Amino acid sequence: MSPYGPLGAGFAAIGAGIGIGQIGGKAVEAIARQPEAISKIQTNMIIAAALVEGVALFAVVVALL
Amino acid sequence: MNNSGILKSKIFNKLLICAFFLALAAFPVFGFSQEKAPGAKEEKFDAGKTAMEHITDKHEWRLFGEQVVVPLPVILYTDKGFEIFLSSKLKPAGTVYKGKYYNYKLINDKIKVVDQAGAVSETGNVWDFSITQNIAGMWLSGLILIFLFLSASSAYKKRAGKGPKGLQSFLEPVILFIRDDVARPNIGLKYERFMPLLLTVFFFILINNLFGMIPFFPGGYNLTGNIAVTFTLAFVMFLVVNLNGNKYYWKHIFSPNPWWLFPIMIPVEIVGIFSKPIALMIRLFANMLAGHIVIVSLISLIFIFNTLWMSPVSVAFAVFIDVIEVLVVFLQAYVFTILSALFIGMAVEEHHHEVI
Repeated sequence: MSPYGPLGAGFAAIGAGIGIGQIGGKAVEAIARQPEAISKIQTNMIIAAALVEGVALFAVVVALL
Repeated sequence: MNNSGILKSKIFNKLLICAFFLALAAFPVFGFSQEKAPGAKEEKFDAGKTAMEHITDKHEWRLFGEQVVVPLPVILYTDKGFEIFLSSKLKPAGTVYKGKYYNYKLINDKIKVVDQAGAVSETGNVWDFSITQNIAGMWLSGLILIFLFLSASSAYKKRAGKGPKGLQSFLEPVILFIRDDVARPNIGLKYERFMPLLLTVFFFILINNLFGMIPFFPGGYNLTGNIAVTFTLAFVMFLVVNLNGNKYYWKHIFSPNPWWLFPIMIPVEIVGIFSKPIALMIRLFANMLAGHIVIVSLISLIFIFNTLWMSPVSVAFAVFIDVIEVLVVFLQAYVFTILSALFIGMAVEEHHHEVI
């Protein structure tokens, strides 16, 4: 394992944190505006969060290998 | 007046808990001091090694800790034929088992061909088809799933027209959730064909994730945190998506709209075919693996600091992460299913929607 691997994993975590934070924040805003659309917003939020997380996990796996 | 009694008992309970931890702290390194043999060199605790040992597959089923184990059959395919024996022959650690064709030894939970003295030799090429802890656990969870669903479906036959009861009322909302919130919105009209697949994948991932969270008997294995298992699941999804892809799906890949985009878009779309299932594979694998490693690391803090004062902190954090992991267990099963449904939906979509 490269000594800089964990550092790269940390940077990937920063990116994913920003991304998922944005998604969650906007989703909560959207739910506050339109409480009746909660189930649709939640589904899309989880899909988007999963996609962002997938990229971050790619980075983590590559960094730790 | 009763209230004061309850209050007193609450305070008393708190004091009791504090006193318990204080009493524990009076015996620093209690566990270690017993194990240490006189004159033996103290072995340094390696958290990374402990974590890796917890997440890797084993040739024996550890029911409770490392003492109560069930040996599982080892099946090796060598260039001279099959070799079958029980994994207890390889215990205790470092034992060289003399088989029919070669000598075997367990090195880092992997079976290696060794010579008489126990040094790894390169002569024999063995393929390990053993029934490991993961496989035994997968069979157990499969049996449980079969039992659950057969009893629920027979209840539907017997109680036709009546309200659900017992197991039925536990499973029906989940199945309806998969149908109404996962399959139908994402796949569209043809959703019924894919329901058995989506339900199987969802419940298989869910039950194995949940068993992975239990540290002792029914669980104790880490199936969904094994990349071979998630690879197989993702490969099934890859086949389903691409074998069901209609002409719109393939047209989308092989003929992008302006013709001069061909050289850029076709490689990108072909990479996209493979990157979707690979993302499914890595996501489930990394999530479950990371959860296990975090919990083991938090427990390891006690041994890293080598004091029992650390244990309340470490146990509190471990319980906190454990609760989050229970959420992640459901979320990952859901995410795998919904993304599979989404990819299937992209492949079987009838009308090609133009993006404006």
